[in-house]
Amino acid sequence: MTSFMSRKDFILFAGFTIVVLLLPILAAPFGAAYPDLLQRFMIYGIFAVGFNILFGLTGYLSFGHAAFFGVGSYAAMWSFKLLSINALPALIFAVIIAGLFALAIGYVSLRRSGIYFSILTLAFAQMSYNLAYSVLTPITNGETGLRMTLQDPRALDRLFFEASPGAPVPSIFGMSLSGWNGFYFTALFMIATFFLAMRINNSPFGMMLKGIKSNQNRMNYTGFNTRPYTLTAFVISGMLAGLAGALLVVTDPLAGAERMRWTASGEVVLMTILGGVGTLVGPVIGAMMIKYFENIFSSFNANVLNNFYSFLPDGVREVMVTISSKFVGEGWHLSLGLIFVLIVMFLPGGVMEGVRRIAASFNRRANGNKAEARVATAPAE
Amino acid sequence: MAKFITSRRTVLKGTGAGIAALSTPYFFSKGAWAQDFCNNPTGSTVTIGLNLPLTGTYAEEGADELKAYELAVKHLNGEGDGGLLNVLKPSALKGNGVLGKKVQFVTSDSQTLSDVARAGATRMIERDGAIMITGGSSSGEAIAVQSLCQELGVIFMAGLTHSNDTTGKDKRRYGFRHFFNAYQSGIAIAPVLKEAYGSDRRAYHLTADYTWGWTQEESIKAATEALGWETVATVRTPLGAADYSQYLTPVLNSGADVLILNHYGNDMVNSLTQAVQFGMRDRQANGKQFEVVVPLFSELMAKGAGESIKGIFGTSNWHWNLQDEGSQAFTKSFGAAYGSPPSQAAHTAYVQALLYADACERAGTFYPPEVIKALEGFEFDGMGNGKTLYRAEDHQCMKSVLVVRGNENPTSQFDVLDVVQEVGRDVTTYDPSIFGGELGDAEPVPTCS
Repeated sequence: MTSFMSRKDFILFAGFTIVVLLLPILAAPFGAAYPDLLQRFMIYGIFAVGFNILFGLTGYLSFGHAAFFGVGSYAAMWSFKLLSINALPALIFAVIIAGLFALAIGYVSLRRSGIYFSILTLAFAQMSYNLAYSVLTPITNGETGLRMTLQDPRALDRLFFEASPGAPVPSIFGMSLSGWNGFYFTALFMIATFFLAMRINNSPFGMMLKGIKSNQNRMNYTGFNTRPYTLTAFVISGMLAGLAGALLVVTDPLAGAERMRWTASGEVVLMTILGGVGTLVGPVIGAMMIKYFENIFSSFNANVLNNFYSFLPDGVREVMVTISSKFVGEGWHLSLGLIFVLIVMFLPGGVMEGVRRIAASFNRRANGNKAEARVATAPAE
Repeated sequence: MAKFITSRRTVLKGTGAGIAALSTPYFFSKGAWAQDFCNNPTGSTVTIGLNLPLTGTYAEEGADELKAYELAVKHLNGEGDGGLLNVLKPSALKGNGVLGKKVQFVTSDSQTLSDVARAGATRMIERDGAIMITGGSSSGEAIAVQSLCQELGVIFMAGLTHSNDTTGKDKRRYGFRHFFNAYQSGIAIAPVLKEAYGSDRRAYHLTADYTWGWTQEESIKAATEALGWETVATVRTPLGAADYSQYLTPVLNSGADVLILNHYGNDMVNSLTQAVQFGMRDRQANGKQFEVVVPLFSELMAKGAGESIKGIFGTSNWHWNLQDEGSQAFTKSFGAAYGSPPSQAAHTAYVQALLYADACERAGTFYPPEVIKALEGFEFDGMGNGKTLYRAEDHQCMKSVLVVRGNENPTSQFDVLDVVQEVGRDVTTYDPSIFGGELGDAEPVPTCS
């Protein structure tokens, strides 16, 4: 039954699944247990895991992944407008379009490696952003963003039933995808993406990608043509970015150009580095951290801080509120930046390296006696 | 690699745990069905959500709106001097909160980005239990949040948004706008422009590239062409561009003699300052003095632009120097609290908060469809814009509009605008059907989770 999966992997996968499904409870103490933010955790988790398939495994640092994210969003929105408010065709359509887009950009960009590859992808992404922002406004509606309207044709839906009154909301076979339904819907895709990433990581294909990362020249000398492998990885991660973009439109039906901006591309790089490059869980943790900061830290205003420090005497409280207010509210970027600096300085492998170090120190303590005993009895060579 | 074999027992255990895990959140969300509409306030307080750009291109307007909302909440709860509560006619407000519940607020920084604005609004509705969302300083944001609020069944009281689309093509049953729009700007400013600059002019538009810029360009273009002006070119510039020199250079050789800047906030401060640095206001073109027009501006922008704004025509929703009772009362209590006169953004934000509270009192409930009915067709006075009607057809307020001009001899750092003319409500009222769009239905009320 589980011949394709090692016990360790199975435990990791099962643990991941349980944690994801229990997020509504686990996130509650942090004030994050509401569907919109949890959906964002899932969506950007998918985005980061997909990005990590390229960056973590092959070492190619793409600075333009937001383009695929945005293309997925627009594709899904057009499917909602033209075909059906069912989420399934929208997702399929978005993944295909994002894949084709990634194929084209990857084919050109992958002719170079290192910094030149990064610059090429950045250039393509910035081009896509500008196209979406001002040139292709009939398709993208520019800054304002693309939305569903009552007048959209929705040809597939009209074949089967009459238009219902009221604003159209994305659904899956009649079940609305707003609120908690939306979270579980995205969670399923997060789990599936995680499974896919795990399978790729353990497959011969994944080994090949890791080989490219450690020394591409050596791979070439041994007779492998590496380009098809990197291109496949690029397209897979582009498709996952498209899936994430489409899911964002499914849960929040608005597609805007700003999600294709270079800062959005940089954000996914940050997520991956923050969580741990090349690890399976790391990118998801990084995505959650950044989205948590963006949505929760930015919402702390003076009132919240005053309540938080209410146990302090008045004078001290005011000083504390003044100091902390620089790091929360509109200053949330500052605290995120500080954490990023600290992590890169002390834990270059991201949060996952911290987890590993803590686990290792526990193991050492637990196995300390046994290990010493083994050393003592080891036969001399 | 260690293979592992699962026994039937493990599978059963796993399935059981899985089902339990899947169903847990439903135990928690069950309470949601007990209430009959989204975020029905059951305790002794009611929460409103303030969605404001505290960073980004329109940050300054956002900060001023926040001050106004804080003041409005104070006044609604019976603290402070009561502000406009004393002059609103007719008024059902008692100064003891709304329907006896104390008003409190949560905030979100929308960063002048639609995506972020929606995420913030959703957070305030889903997590913080906001009964109403208000604020915003960009039409892109306002339209995005307004359609979200319609989906979630929460009333949206728009802050500063001037695009025709907000109450035109993209109007929503749950969205209300007190601020005026680009079309009304066009009606108001055209006669003044004709008198000052004549009817034989060639205009060049620089336009912020999003819904507000598009509709303002369209409205001003139509209004000036009706005067006999010619439009040389309309050029779109990205929102938040800091350097306008590449857009300003072509203006010099285009044969235009009027530059119309459809920019707002920091964009307008930058583009106008740079236009003046290019020497545009000292030029002669086609044998006439070259002129710059900024169809929508506010005292915050005028302050930012400094010297450059002197003598430039534009329109405003409201100005603190108006002499009516309402304007005076608001300027007084805002000045007492923050030491500066309020901007038009602050004014519209404050008034929107009061109008919502008043509508709840009149409806006797927070149930959105009833509050909507109370707002639709509501006619009031005393808020600084003369007799005002919340039009039922498109949820746009019908009221007078100010034509303003940068003050040549300011007496203080706040005295930067002169009111040239107050254009009455009878002139600025237009047919709501010209923009199309559909409000949608108030009922059934969507239930948010």
